[in-house]
Amino acid sequence: MENQFIFTLLILLLPLASFLFLGLAGHKLSHKAAGLVGTICLGIVAVLSYYTAIRYFGSPRVDGAFQPVVPINISWLPLGKLSFDMGILLDPISVVMLIVISTVSLMVHIYSFGYMHGERGFQRYYAFLSLFTMSMLGLVVATNIFQMYLFWELVGVSSYLLIGFFYTLKPAIAASKKAFIVTRFADMFFLIGILIYGFYTKTFSFDFTDAENARNIAGAAFILPTALFLMFLGGAGKSAMFPLHIWLPDAMEGPTPVSALIHAATMVVAGVYQVARLFPLWIQYAPETLHVVAWIGAFTAFYAAAVACAQSDIKRVLAFSTISQIAFMMVALGVCTEATTGHGHEGSLGYMASMFHLFTHAMFKATLFLCAGCLIHAVHSNEMSMMGGMRKYMPVTHWTFLIACLAISGIPPFSGFFSKDEILSASFAYSPVMGWVMTGIAAMTAFYMFRLYYGIFWGTENKEHHSAHTPHEGGWVMTFPLIFLTIFTLVAGFIPFGKLVSADGQAYDFLAHFDWKLGATSCLIALVSIALATYIYKGEKQPVADRLQAAMPRLHKWAYKRFYLDEVYQYVTHQIIFKHISKPLAWFDRHIIDGFFNFLAWGTHELGFEIRGFQSGSIQKYAFIFLLGAIVLIFIMIL
Amino acid sequence: MDYSLSSLDYSQFLNMREELSLMLVILLVFVADLFLCKEPKDGESLSAQKKSPIAWVTLTLFTVHTLINLLPCLNGSMDTISAFGGMYQHTAMMTVVKSVLNVGTLVVFLMAGGWLNREENRVKRGEFYTITLFTLLGMYFMISSGHFLMFFIGLEMASVPMAALVAFDKYRYESAEAGAKFVLLAIFSSGLLLYGISLIYGATGTLYFERLRLAFSADSLINLIGLTFFLTGMGFKISLVPFHLWTADTYQGAPTVVTSYLSVISKGSAAFVLFTVLVKAFGADDLAVEWNRALFWIIIVTITVANLFAIQQQNLKRFMAFSAISQAGYLVLGIMGGTAQGQTALVYYLLVYMAANLGAFAVINVIEQQSGKIRIDDYDGLYNTNPKLSFLMTLCLFSLAGIPPFAGMFSKFFIFMAAFNAGYPWLVLIALINTVLSLYYYLLIVKAMYIKTNASPIATFRSDNGTRAALVICTLGVVLFGIMGVCYSYIDSLSIL
Repeated sequence: MENQFIFTLLILLLPLASFLFLGLAGHKLSHKAAGLVGTICLGIVAVLSYYTAIRYFGSPRVDGAFQPVVPINISWLPLGKLSFDMGILLDPISVVMLIVISTVSLMVHIYSFGYMHGERGFQRYYAFLSLFTMSMLGLVVATNIFQMYLFWELVGVSSYLLIGFFYTLKPAIAASKKAFIVTRFADMFFLIGILIYGFYTKTFSFDFTDAENARNIAGAAFILPTALFLMFLGGAGKSAMFPLHIWLPDAMEGPTPVSALIHAATMVVAGVYQVARLFPLWIQYAPETLHVVAWIGAFTAFYAAAVACAQSDIKRVLAFSTISQIAFMMVALGVCTEATTGHGHEGSLGYMASMFHLFTHAMFKATLFLCAGCLIHAVHSNEMSMMGGMRKYMPVTHWTFLIACLAISGIPPFSGFFSKDEILSASFAYSPVMGWVMTGIAAMTAFYMFRLYYGIFWGTENKEHHSAHTPHEGGWVMTFPLIFLTIFTLVAGFIPFGKLVSADGQAYDFLAHFDWKLGATSCLIALVSIALATYIYKGEKQPVADRLQAAMPRLHKWAYKRFYLDEVYQYVTHQIIFKHISKPLAWFDRHIIDGFFNFLAWGTHELGFEIRGFQSGSIQKYAFIFLLGAIVLIFIMIL
Repeated sequence: MDYSLSSLDYSQFLNMREELSLMLVILLVFVADLFLCKEPKDGESLSAQKKSPIAWVTLTLFTVHTLINLLPCLNGSMDTISAFGGMYQHTAMMTVVKSVLNVGTLVVFLMAGGWLNREENRVKRGEFYTITLFTLLGMYFMISSGHFLMFFIGLEMASVPMAALVAFDKYRYESAEAGAKFVLLAIFSSGLLLYGISLIYGATGTLYFERLRLAFSADSLINLIGLTFFLTGMGFKISLVPFHLWTADTYQGAPTVVTSYLSVISKGSAAFVLFTVLVKAFGADDLAVEWNRALFWIIIVTITVANLFAIQQQNLKRFMAFSAISQAGYLVLGIMGGTAQGQTALVYYLLVYMAANLGAFAVINVIEQQSGKIRIDDYDGLYNTNPKLSFLMTLCLFSLAGIPPFAGMFSKFFIFMAAFNAGYPWLVLIALINTVLSLYYYLLIVKAMYIKTNASPIATFRSDNGTRAALVICTLGVVLFGIMGVCYSYIDSLSIL
């Protein structure tokens, strides 16, 4: 079994090779050649990932569950009892992630041919994409939390490099720094969590069923909620949970395909994946803390949905929608109350729902971002006011965007309906309050998505802007990924996901458990929201919207300014931390600490000058000191 | 046991695979050197022959020797081989150490080409290889010895030809002086060592390490004096303070290639032997307390004094001498406590140190050969004229200073961990502080190369192929030995006491 999957090593090595090749020799290649190298490598990786999935899910179940497979696991740095290992772990969630990452990454590689055409640093761009893909794949197949952390940081670095890809633009530089610093700040907690966890449990491994590991972990039960919550904070940074979400909207300064890959489909779900990976520990040792996570997620989902309703930059709307949707996944994990699917309970439904939503969301959100890329490519602006009436010019983009919007709003039969419905029923199973809150946010989702849709494709056409340059579709390299991902969005809902992924591995037939009443309600609410958005935003003139804005100017402005959260951060960092903490510390550092080291350096120098007499060059003296040393040694030993 | 010649089982020689194979290489090189030289034509001196196949012959033979002895070490038999009634002992770990020495020597040979091709050296090219290999053979015997006599013969076999190497540029005043200083002090330390061994024999009546372990204890002064003189003798070879005073003068005067050989191969083998002998022969519990106490102070003094002196140096070879003394202090840190983990850490440290130090010396050597410049201020602005060399030198210096992610960081980490686990946290703390100090002087050179400007910088040149190959090996080592955890775990799997 183990040896059958040894080829999965290639899934990591190919993008690494591509990164090294393009990074070192890229500047000698033409744009086309560099892009082809990266894309072909990714193509092979995608094929291998699909093959892995078919093989893995085709393998026989043991006790009704798919068994985890570890094709390779080498001890990288042994440190006494603990050891840092590097390996590959295949289990249902990592295999699903392989599919998500390789699919979206391949589409983005193809799409970028058109989108990045003629940009300076095209080769560098593809090198970074390969680096990112390698890191992300390494993260999901990690066999232990330490390996996960290493690749986690690599993912952060590649995200930083790609956000700041246009390194001559000031906002891009600022955004990349912001993303890096905020996520690094969160990662610090992750690291502390890992260290605490490793210190008490003596293991980093994800193999929680191993008898010795299980015993060690049980022995450290008292510290686990703390350790897990610290790790979650790291995940909250990457997955943009409130209040660590502030980097994600700014990260939209990066090239749009990058936003689709990193900041919508893959990297930002790393936090969700991390919680899912450690789920057995959460559910067994820290269920209360897990529910705290759920409420953090619910608030984030609400906050981001509210902000998304007022943004005018299309990528920012999508960014806040991403934050909101990831929060949905986090909520789904957080509302779990037990680890087994048996007994007709729905206590563990959230786990499956979360992974399912992760999968479907990756597909339709990537579609939305790539559509946004097409639009930006066509009109050279991110602002909704520059668009309007685009359906006439860009039919493919229009239809794919519409399908993705319907999916995210939760309209059957598109994939988003199925996954979102599972999340809602898991929330209701946990508590009716949570259930209604999430239903309300789902309604907001449908509303702001259709506000965006009408704003772009209907509404008033910006004739002034369009007359200079008629917008048109990109070539097939840009439309093909859209269509491909849309097909995924159309069919993904019918994948019997519960049979593949569930909290304890047992096949879970969610159609049998399907709550028709709930499904109908959520569908109805979504339709109402869409109707409302249609009523307000579809027309050439938008009297209702203007009146609403005029009636509640304060609220609109607050939402538009994202509730001034960035300003709060600015104030806290600059006015409080820099002024009242950093400045005195800097003084202390400059005068006391530096002074001490200067003294040390001066002392060293003086002492060195004094004792150089020993090194006289006279051989008799050398022998004398030699003998003296021997005598001193004898005395040391005797005394 | 009857050791008379008639009953000697000659098949025991077959156990000494590494020694035999090296012996063969030496003989072949020696013979090749005799016969490969062409007869000088009329009016042409021997030294006019620019090309000689001897370098190729030696490199090929020695590479084959290195590879052959690397191979069995990969399937690692854990058995201790004992031959000649225990005089010769061999473990898998020793194969690793010998392989490290082999690779180091190979690198030294590679970088020696430019120096040996100078007109004044051409005539004695072959001698350099033969003499160097003889010292290596001595170290082999020293490493595999199970008896003090064998150990002493090995030690002398490694020291006496070394003096010839140090004075290899015999018409150069400094080289001759360095040779004289080295040989006089070596004799002095050997005398003390021999005196110590005779005291040990007098006290116990045996010189076999294994029997000494049972017979020898800390209850009499004679025993302690014997142990001390053994320590001083090894301290001289490893150049630990206060037995280090020859080091700076010798390193400065000796040809740079020989200096690099002294600083890595000679020092490393002696450190490993010190570990083995201390654990094997002086491993009795009460005795271990004594030598641990002695080493404790020696290490502190060594690292600190060497750092203080290194900061003062202007001559790069003198600087490297003190750097090497301080590195020796870290190396000996692995001996503390005499644990299996310490042994692993020591051998790993040696491996990493070899790559970094030889890399730095390769750069120093090639620059000295090309421009004759050897002072630190001569390196000002080197980056502008020779960016690749500066970069490689920087990597090696970073590794020596222990900056992550280079191998030096890992080796320091493991050696600190070994000492810490052996129960010497304060020693580790002092060593750590000294690491920070050492950062200062290593970075001084980096600063000179990258930041400082120079009115007359070292001209741009192309290194010879041998140096390039040596630098490639060293750089790979500096980068890969650390991040490839398999290096450490492999050594660890062979570590037995």
